[in-house]
Amino acid sequence: MSEPLIDIVGVSKAFPIRGGLFGGSRGEVRAVNDVSFRLDRGEVFGLAGESGSGKSTIARMILGLEAPTAGAILIEGRDFADERDWRKRSPVVQMVFQNPGSSLNPRRSVGDSIAVPLAARGLERPARRRRIAELIEQVQLPANFAERYPYELSGGQKQRVAIARALAAEPKLIVLDEPTSALDVSVQAKIIELLDELRLRLGLTYIFISHDLSLMRAFANRVGVLYLGRLIETGPTDALFERPAHPYTRALLSAVPVVSDEEEALKPREPTVEGEIPNPANMPTGCVFHPRCPHVMATCRAQIPGPDQVGPEHIANCHLLRSSDARATHPLLLQESRQ
Amino acid sequence: MSEEPLLAVERLSIDFETEGRVAHILREVSLEVPARRHVALVGESGCGKSVTMRAIMGLLTTPPAKFRGGEIRFDGANLLRLSGREREALRGTAMSMVFQDPTSSLNPVFTIGDQMGSILKYADRRLKRSRNAVERKARIAEVLGQVRMADPERISRAYPVMLSGGMRQRILIAMALLSEPRLLIADEPGTALDVTTQAQILKLLRELVEARGLALLMITHNLGVVRESADHVFVMYAGCVVEQGPTHAVFAKPRHPYTRALMACIPKLSGGGAMRGIDGSLPDYSAPPPGCRFEPRCPLAVSACLKAPPHFEVAQGQSAACWRLEATE
Repeated sequence: MSEPLIDIVGVSKAFPIRGGLFGGSRGEVRAVNDVSFRLDRGEVFGLAGESGSGKSTIARMILGLEAPTAGAILIEGRDFADERDWRKRSPVVQMVFQNPGSSLNPRRSVGDSIAVPLAARGLERPARRRRIAELIEQVQLPANFAERYPYELSGGQKQRVAIARALAAEPKLIVLDEPTSALDVSVQAKIIELLDELRLRLGLTYIFISHDLSLMRAFANRVGVLYLGRLIETGPTDALFERPAHPYTRALLSAVPVVSDEEEALKPREPTVEGEIPNPANMPTGCVFHPRCPHVMATCRAQIPGPDQVGPEHIANCHLLRSSDARATHPLLLQESRQ
Repeated sequence: MSEEPLLAVERLSIDFETEGRVAHILREVSLEVPARRHVALVGESGCGKSVTMRAIMGLLTTPPAKFRGGEIRFDGANLLRLSGREREALRGTAMSMVFQDPTSSLNPVFTIGDQMGSILKYADRRLKRSRNAVERKARIAEVLGQVRMADPERISRAYPVMLSGGMRQRILIAMALLSEPRLLIADEPGTALDVTTQAQILKLLRELVEARGLALLMITHNLGVVRESADHVFVMYAGCVVEQGPTHAVFAKPRHPYTRALMACIPKLSGGGAMRGIDGSLPDYSAPPPGCRFEPRCPLAVSACLKAPPHFEVAQGQSAACWRLEATE
């Protein structure tokens, strides 16, 4: 097996809660807990999860903006944890943020914004200008856009500039953090099309963070579902959407408002989950989802469920998958025993 | 429709005038919300859905807004002819609104009970009703119970910052229900929330309007939300209603090229089907296309489209404003 582009091994991140008279630690927020996954070159790995699930913290650790408290992040087999020099790691990983309005400097022209990472890599002015023109063409903007300012651009155009800026460093991996959630659907479709084309043309790998599961189905080839800092299910996109095994994944899919009867029919039959995501400073014992799970059992409150293989490369962490009583009622397992 | 609908917007045209520039925002927008029915107004950003909503609620400042024609009738009365006072008496009483952003729509320095109390006092005064503090408290607790808030006493004493996003959205719904309105206008409810919380909010809203027999006008950009919450839909593009009809009919067989293009942009949860975007961008409202406003971006456009199309009935209760309907048959 070839070496993965990025290998995330048992990564955790805890933030101390400071307070009190002497600013001592009063506990911690465990934002990410024992998360592992790997990415092969050319993949689009989707990270799905609601607010507080830890998806942004994982992105920040991959970029080197935060150091994990446990575990390791290997990029092409190298651990950059002790690498203080960001210039050495940034060429490999770049990021495109959610809100192109606030991630571009309003006082810099499009060309100047794109030039920043080029100058940092020591490109001389004429070479820089050529590269800027090339990047603007790659994101399918008219050549004269180099002289424009962010306020003259639409949301979709700004996001294209942000993509060009990420490409400037010639990265291998781009972390896309909700890249289209601020855009209209007619523009979103165009941006996704562009990202897919760039991936094929430049051999890029993406980590795609989104709360939009329909979009994830269309764009990612593998998906990991996060809940309260834990990866509770991972698998190839089609398998995970067609045969979701974890009750949270099932609840998440059944909550998506869809536009056709055919999609409605494919949604898992799950009751709406009640309540909201608990405060990560006050982590539930056992399975993190147990306080909201409609199928909760005694073991779920006591023990953290281990991973179980539910299909080829499809893994879920849920006690129901091992319980003989639950096998009789679990909708997925029931389906399988009928076949 | 023979019976007069609760809310009827008829051929409403609105311009905005700023510094000598005139933007022709709404062009002959017509829509109806019959009593006890759930209607959605859907469109992308900049399509004029918020202007339409603000015109209905009487929240547009004139100038810069300028009514060029048409009328808005509520319960038979033309709202544009009412005096300021008469207009205000309706707002927040017979028609009330659920705002989108649960963070900025609540005042951070007052408790939930205080804020709901002043809304109720205001509504009571408008309706010439009187209620003492104890009765007001009871009414607030009752409404908080209706939006499924456990322990209304405690919630009344809480400040907004102490509540989660989902709870704050419930409070906004409770506030809209305080005065027992007949029409509820909901502006993108739940869009700022997580999917599972949004599903809870939409379900709650649906149950409440149904149980109370309220009419609902849902303003949204999300076609999935339309399908889950409305039985009739109006699709807007560039200040015009381009298509309208029963939700299931429009979604099963959209006939206007814009509606069709919009549907094709939506990724499917069930996979399959390519997402296609729409080339081009919204027209400049200060010089909009003289005919069909979608004409510059429409793949089916012909020279006839340089004249504004009327609505043609395409099926029972469904109509589209397009000259090329034979091509979308």
